[in-house]
Amino acid sequence: MPTDFRPADPGSVGNRPPETSGADANVVLVAKGIVKTFGNHTALNNVDLALHAGEVHALLGENGAGKSTLIKIITGAYTPDHGEISVDGVQVQFTTPQQAQSAGIGTVYQEVNLLPNMTVIDNLFIGRQPRRYGLVDRKKMAREAHRILSQYGLDIDVHAELSTFSVAVQQIIAIARAVELSGKVLILDEPTASLDRTEVEKLFEIVRRLKARGLAIVFITHFLDQVFELSDRITVLRNGRLVGSETIGDLDRTSLVRMMLGKDLAFVHAEMAADDTEPSSPLMHFRDFGRSGSVNPFDLTIHRGEVIGVAGLLGSGRTEMARLMFGIDTADQGALDIDGQKICLRAPQDAVSQGFGFCPEDRKVDGIFGDLSVRENIIIAMQAKLGWLQALNRDEQMEIAEHFIEALDIRTASDDLPVKLLSGGNQQKVILARWLATDPRFLILDEPTRGIDVGAHAEIVRMISRLREDGLALIVISSELDEIVSYSSRVVVMRDRSLVAELRGAEINPSSIVRAIAAQDAEAAE
Amino acid sequence: MNPRYRPLAATTLIFVIAYGLCILQYPGMWSTRILGNFLTDNAFLGIAAVGATFVIISGGIDLSIGAVIGLAGVVVAVLVSHLGLHPIAAFGIVLTMSALFGAAMGAVIHFLQVPPFIVTLAGMFLARGLASILSQDSIPISHPFYKTIMDLYYRLPGGGRLSAIGLLMLLVFLIGGLIAHRTRFGSYVYALGGNPTSAALMGVPTGPVTIGIYALSSLLGGLAGIVYSLYTSAGYPLAAVGIELDSIAAVVIGGTLLTGGYGFVFGTLIGVMLQGLVQTYIVFDGTLSSWWTKIAIGVLLFLFILLQQLVFSAHKAGTRLKKAAA
Amino acid sequence: MRTPSVKRLLSPQLVALLGVLLFNWIVFPGFFDVAWRDGRLFGSLIDVINRGAPVAILSIGMTAIIATRGVDLSVGAVMAVAGAVAATCAVTGQPVIIMLLAPLAVGMLCGLWNGFLVSILSIQPFVATLVLMVAGRGVAQLITEGSIVTFNDPVLIFIGTGSFLGLPMPAVIAIALMVGAHLLVRRTAIGLFIEAIGVNRSAANFTALRSRSLVLAIYAFGGVCAAIAGTIAAGDIRGADANNTGLWLELDAILAVVIGGTSLMGGRFSIPLSVVGALIIQAMNTGILVSGFPPEFNLIVKAGLIIIILVLQSAKLAPALHRIFKQRPVKPSIQTSEKTG
Repeated sequence: MPTDFRPADPGSVGNRPPETSGADANVVLVAKGIVKTFGNHTALNNVDLALHAGEVHALLGENGAGKSTLIKIITGAYTPDHGEISVDGVQVQFTTPQQAQSAGIGTVYQEVNLLPNMTVIDNLFIGRQPRRYGLVDRKKMAREAHRILSQYGLDIDVHAELSTFSVAVQQIIAIARAVELSGKVLILDEPTASLDRTEVEKLFEIVRRLKARGLAIVFITHFLDQVFELSDRITVLRNGRLVGSETIGDLDRTSLVRMMLGKDLAFVHAEMAADDTEPSSPLMHFRDFGRSGSVNPFDLTIHRGEVIGVAGLLGSGRTEMARLMFGIDTADQGALDIDGQKICLRAPQDAVSQGFGFCPEDRKVDGIFGDLSVRENIIIAMQAKLGWLQALNRDEQMEIAEHFIEALDIRTASDDLPVKLLSGGNQQKVILARWLATDPRFLILDEPTRGIDVGAHAEIVRMISRLREDGLALIVISSELDEIVSYSSRVVVMRDRSLVAELRGAEINPSSIVRAIAAQDAEAAE
Repeated sequence: MNPRYRPLAATTLIFVIAYGLCILQYPGMWSTRILGNFLTDNAFLGIAAVGATFVIISGGIDLSIGAVIGLAGVVVAVLVSHLGLHPIAAFGIVLTMSALFGAAMGAVIHFLQVPPFIVTLAGMFLARGLASILSQDSIPISHPFYKTIMDLYYRLPGGGRLSAIGLLMLLVFLIGGLIAHRTRFGSYVYALGGNPTSAALMGVPTGPVTIGIYALSSLLGGLAGIVYSLYTSAGYPLAAVGIELDSIAAVVIGGTLLTGGYGFVFGTLIGVMLQGLVQTYIVFDGTLSSWWTKIAIGVLLFLFILLQQLVFSAHKAGTRLKKAAA
Repeated sequence: MRTPSVKRLLSPQLVALLGVLLFNWIVFPGFFDVAWRDGRLFGSLIDVINRGAPVAILSIGMTAIIATRGVDLSVGAVMAVAGAVAATCAVTGQPVIIMLLAPLAVGMLCGLWNGFLVSILSIQPFVATLVLMVAGRGVAQLITEGSIVTFNDPVLIFIGTGSFLGLPMPAVIAIALMVGAHLLVRRTAIGLFIEAIGVNRSAANFTALRSRSLVLAIYAFGGVCAAIAGTIAAGDIRGADANNTGLWLELDAILAVVIGGTSLMGGRFSIPLSVVGALIIQAMNTGILVSGFPPEFNLIVKAGLIIIILVLQSAKLAPALHRIFKQRPVKPSIQTSEKTG
């Protein structure tokens, strides 16, 4: 991290000392009475928002609360039906993202929205390249790029393509671009979703510096810890309405969650996975299972009726391990025994025929068939298992779908609705139903609760426990330690592509998991 | 070497080697005369291929190029031979019309959000149909201005002739390269090919750029039509049928990725030259039948697609490893 | 399965076909006249079915390909190759069975090649099939050695020009193929698998669908369809014309599929509606011919048709149009109808 952190443009940013009192003089952007409807659905109903210079403002709410609609209105991607926006006291009306940008509002989206096929320089300057004699001045751009990035502690080859850098670096470039371009308001939409802990620390460091520089920063996240760690002020939306806007000191966790949910916290964790007696019969045994360059060989025995939680940072090899267990990537060493029989996993088909199921981390990309109906999404894995000749007819399909819609409480108007119209939580349940329909004995769930609202979150957690009671073996990968602790009968910890620890019984608590994950840093320090 | 230069380097290398082998077999192919004819004979294809390069880098496709060439030729012929306009005036009219035609396609693609494949297919039918309605036969152009231009050439050492239209093609490539790599518009084209959503969020005016890309493609199609009419001294509604495929082949052989986002205008020149080389070789050989040209170009196309696939999948794998290590 | 068939009767494609036919009838009152002569039906309407058959057959194979987010540009060239093979077999006096199977085998081989590039090497379908589109016609010319090979084989000529139950053979083949293919995809799970792959290839992988082999098979089927069309075309002109057989028909086939409502972005598809699309194209062709317009207008009309489809299917305009005409009920909102318990 650089120690000298001078404001790029003192004129426009302003060096006012940050105040947390929220005096009106400090207000950069005000949105008042914003209304936005899509068809007959009201996404935002009379919402206000005021952003202050030198503050980090967390914008919270469940999925569908209207956060992203509000952001899109502030950044000019949508135009509101009613209401007004003013920047520095001047009323504005954005019809394009460019207008919002030039008015000082910069945005960094969840999936880093840059251009992977272009160079770092292009990504920093596209749309505003300096020109000489009508042509783009490349030398000047390279100099500027180095200067800008050095402020963020990045010393990289600015002529290299963006896709050659890690997500964290790309994110910093995205922030650098947004700040250079806009300089008054910086909107960070779930910036930490795909970063590991050290990367998050780095990012927060940068955000704090930008805050000190007088930027108004909007921070959208699902992680409540991070909200309390970073924010000065919190605004909560629910069902398109403003629930409240408070400074951080006036809030505690419980009241925040209550604001988001509109009710008391539905799921109380730490109903501990009861007994620490070893579940009865072993189901399968991965021996020296691994794939070079992806997961180092690991040993793992899985029993019927147990939930194995997998903890570890992003990039620790947890998802890779899951892919290996499901035959998406093939293991190049080791063996798998199921009920004493040696099984070869060459493709997902092999895993499915053994009664495996896999809910992938990225629902949208790897999970749902958006345009297909809820019914088809539920029966497809079962149909794939049956083969193309034994087609389920419509009545059979409906029967299966109806059963799971009811059993998992999937909220959909009909089983004929395209699944893309469902909320994230319900989509997750559809994918779960898809695998339950195949009558599995072993389920792998990769981040089953990521990005879904708190209510559905609780239901999924309950479901995991119920499936365990039904005798299924489950592997659940999750970043939320509280959650892992609540349902796991065993926890394995991944680090540096290796399985490094196995915790049971009383060892299963957040602090020992954190210790196991963090052991590496301790070793490195020695 | 930066992996994205590899297809371009490979194309260039293959062209040099292939040309070298040709010369070994037929030393007569090593002359400025042959090179000059290369440029003259492929001028219209080259000019059209520059337009195709922009379209393909932006992630689109333009099937209407050949039809626009035909239509432009017929309109020039009608204006000059039937209506007695001076060719320069006719050129101005045709180029304006072509650009507007492309702009209209670009507007439909952008505003209706429909695949360019189907829009430019409609454009192809429309342009070819209009050309056929204007005239079903070839209209000869015998204006003295045409003769003047075709007699203009620069004598190369060794007796070769760099004709006006050959020179025009090189000029188009030069300007095309400048636009692609040294202007904002050029960077917008790459941005659009990389990720249109990101591009829009980063402030790239996607609408005007899309319209501009297809306008440029059709403008160059119109220019290629004019060149074709100069080359053949006539306007023919069925001229340059299927040229869009040759130009797409030239672009791909030249190292541009058909999925968009990567590519070089200069590579397209090599791609055009490589196709010309195949034809020239078959002419020199004399015993080989013309269909071998198609087969050879098909094989070349396949080899380069395969090469790109290898380079880019290796590239991606490298990125993934880096990410995992980070 | 009851409600969909009623809906299908009212599909915009059939309405459009009826509209085109009615228009033809207005400009040419004898359009619907059908005569029975020499044991077969004659008339403009029959002509539409007969002439439309090759594109219809191509569109049957193309539908499944487009539904998986692919495209096959090579079908026209494959037609030429298959025609050349059939003609060569006929001229060299091969047994009938070989003469009929050889083109199909070659067509399947071409399709497998395309499928291999798309499915195994993961090359973008447009480029992958461009290779064979460029080279295929050269191969066809290689087979016929650049000349038009003519033949007198009665079987091939029957396939191209004969009749069965009064209907022209090409139409009979097209209908049989359509019904067969439709039953194959809808009575088995293949249709669902194709749609799943087209909607989300990655999710299909995670769901343990055998996407690779299915895509390979689909392109092979497309090649077989093209070979059938090529054999018919050869029988029709009693010869193989490597230069012109099936020239640009791939575009008509793609157009037919798009008219039939399958999106170029993959997903939902209907083989019968693609065939209706092919008939619409042919009905327009015939209409322009019988009404005395110069045939050049055909291209313009086709362009106009595409523009109309684009406007109707456009993601941006369609909702507005529906609102104006109130054709469809508003999609049920999820929020208003949550299940209770």
